[in-house]
Amino acid sequence: MDLFEYQARDLLASHGVPVLPGGVAETPEQAEAIAREIGTTVVVKAQVKTGGRGKAGGVKLADSAEDARARAQDILGLDIKGHITHRVMVAQASDIAEEYYFSYLLDRANRTFLAMASVEGGMEIEQLAVERPEALARIPVDATTGVDTAKAAEIVDAAGFPAEVRDQVIAIAVQLWDTFAKEDATLVEVNPLAKAPDGTVLALDAKVTLDENARFRHPQHEELEDSASADPLEAAAKEKDLNYVKLDGEVGIIGNGAGLVMSTLDVVAYAGEEFGGVKPANFLDIGGGASAEIMANGLHIILSDPAVKSVFVNVFGGITACDAVANGIVHALQLLGDEATKPLVVRLDGNNVEEGRRILSEANHPLVTLVDTMDGAARRAAELAA
Amino acid sequence: MSIFLNENSKVIVQGMTGSEGRKHTQRMLASGTAIVGGVNPKKAGQSVDFDGASVPVFGGVAEAMKETGADVSVIFVPPAGAKNAVIEAVDAQIGLAVVITEGIPVHDSTYFWAHAQGGSTRIIGPNCPGLISPERSNAGIIPANITKQGRIGLVSKSGTLTYQMMYELRDIGFSTCVGIGGDPVIGTTHIDCLRAFQDDPETEAIVMIGEIGGDAEERAADFIKANVSKPVVGYVAGFTAPEGKTMGHAGAIVSGSAGTAQAKKEALEAAGVRVGKTPSETARLMREIVGA
Repeated sequence: MDLFEYQARDLLASHGVPVLPGGVAETPEQAEAIAREIGTTVVVKAQVKTGGRGKAGGVKLADSAEDARARAQDILGLDIKGHITHRVMVAQASDIAEEYYFSYLLDRANRTFLAMASVEGGMEIEQLAVERPEALARIPVDATTGVDTAKAAEIVDAAGFPAEVRDQVIAIAVQLWDTFAKEDATLVEVNPLAKAPDGTVLALDAKVTLDENARFRHPQHEELEDSASADPLEAAAKEKDLNYVKLDGEVGIIGNGAGLVMSTLDVVAYAGEEFGGVKPANFLDIGGGASAEIMANGLHIILSDPAVKSVFVNVFGGITACDAVANGIVHALQLLGDEATKPLVVRLDGNNVEEGRRILSEANHPLVTLVDTMDGAARRAAELAA
Repeated sequence: MSIFLNENSKVIVQGMTGSEGRKHTQRMLASGTAIVGGVNPKKAGQSVDFDGASVPVFGGVAEAMKETGADVSVIFVPPAGAKNAVIEAVDAQIGLAVVITEGIPVHDSTYFWAHAQGGSTRIIGPNCPGLISPERSNAGIIPANITKQGRIGLVSKSGTLTYQMMYELRDIGFSTCVGIGGDPVIGTTHIDCLRAFQDDPETEAIVMIGEIGGDAEERAADFIKANVSKPVVGYVAGFTAPEGKTMGHAGAIVSGSAGTAQAKKEALEAAGVRVGKTPSETARLMREIVGA
């Protein structure tokens, strides 16, 4: 789960990372009130989960509370790379003497954590990494030992932080690690970590990604979820614990197992080439869920998408039995009643397949076609959606 | 011969007394796996009856190994306790730990991976279906009745997609099928399995299944070029996955162009691996190679 800047900032602050006073506003009036309380020049920043905010006009200085209100007025509602701005953060502005970069992330290829630090922050870090890799220190962090003061010093010295900020940055490096490890984050990035003219080092921006697998030990992370920006169908699916991602095609997909469902999307897209570019409408993995309720919930979400013209249910019964799936489909269609208006192509294989196919043939539902192979079923579903 | 798991493997199950552990221990026993014990610190000394077979429960992995000679552990412990269960298996120096559990936080899996370095335990998974050497042994949740013993080696990130491939080539059969799992940090990689298949006299050809996310397939392609003389056929899922979206597996996040299905396909083909567009096409490519 990616956090908004204001959430990331609050999280970092709760672990002692130095930040400037600020607050989040949903209306120009709220922005004005926050600016008035801060009392200095402020920066008004669009809160969207994408980069390029400055370039899009989403980051503006304001030197009075009224000015902050006007800037918030301009920025709220701004579309930045497809993200609509629903909130702005109003924070004390700071002059910047130097900009640094610091992050912790998972280095998947090497199966370890990685600290990245540079005294050349502020600009695109990807660009720096390519143009002058020597300017970006990359230090592996062993998960069993983490980052204490000694390890932090190693990272800070590898990046060549100047003597006058060394101690401050070491302390911040430990605080950032605490945030990263204790909150189960997969990314904590501060760019810029800035030195103010008076020599104080502060985090002037923050990017945090939290591991949703760790939600069981961080129930408070639930509050950080942003349902306003979510696609309404995806939000509804999440409510029902369905693993659903909306795409923009015409063939609804239901399957069991993420890899099999991704493969089904691909096979339908290939089959769809024959019919003028018919594509999958969604990803939906029901896992071992053969129950009528899960199947009905899944079909309901898919059929709520007006673009859907046919549905392909692709199941390989491993532990889940095909007869359970077949019964699930039959009862789901009963539950949906009039709502089931689009043709369903079903491919079953594996555990108890003969029984599963028998159940569907006998039910003889007018909307249901049974096809024996995955390729054949994909083709039929694409054809029906053409 | 098979890799990692054979007819002599003695298997214990951590989390055997829980509902998932119980269900799958029953299935493993039915498929002929030698399950010699279960582990649950709160039920030491008890035993669980599985259709006539009585399996003893031990308080810990080390004790279970000492009493039974077990060399494989299959772990069904839920996410909150999984890290400690894996650490216990590693500390007891068991040869193979197969971690079935889905939903383990990445800080935990990165920790136990680091902890296992320098030790004697191969970790497979987490978030994987396990591995099967058909007609010899089955450690995990892979259905044992899909296919038979044969000469193809299979390594895959997926679960049911793996079963689909096993099914497509069921008449030829497999030496071992390894589900390595789809999480971002896993104990055994495609490369580990490719290396073992290359060294296994029973395996004549290899199928590898990959998916979007990370660079494991690209690294496997480099490894194949340098080290694998046996024919390899590949399949990559996720061509239709849009950028920046998580689809199912924690590891299957695509951002930017690295980690795309197209990039993996190209890397594999450059290494001489024939990549099928669909699972059945991949199976056809394998048939051409083994002449069946």
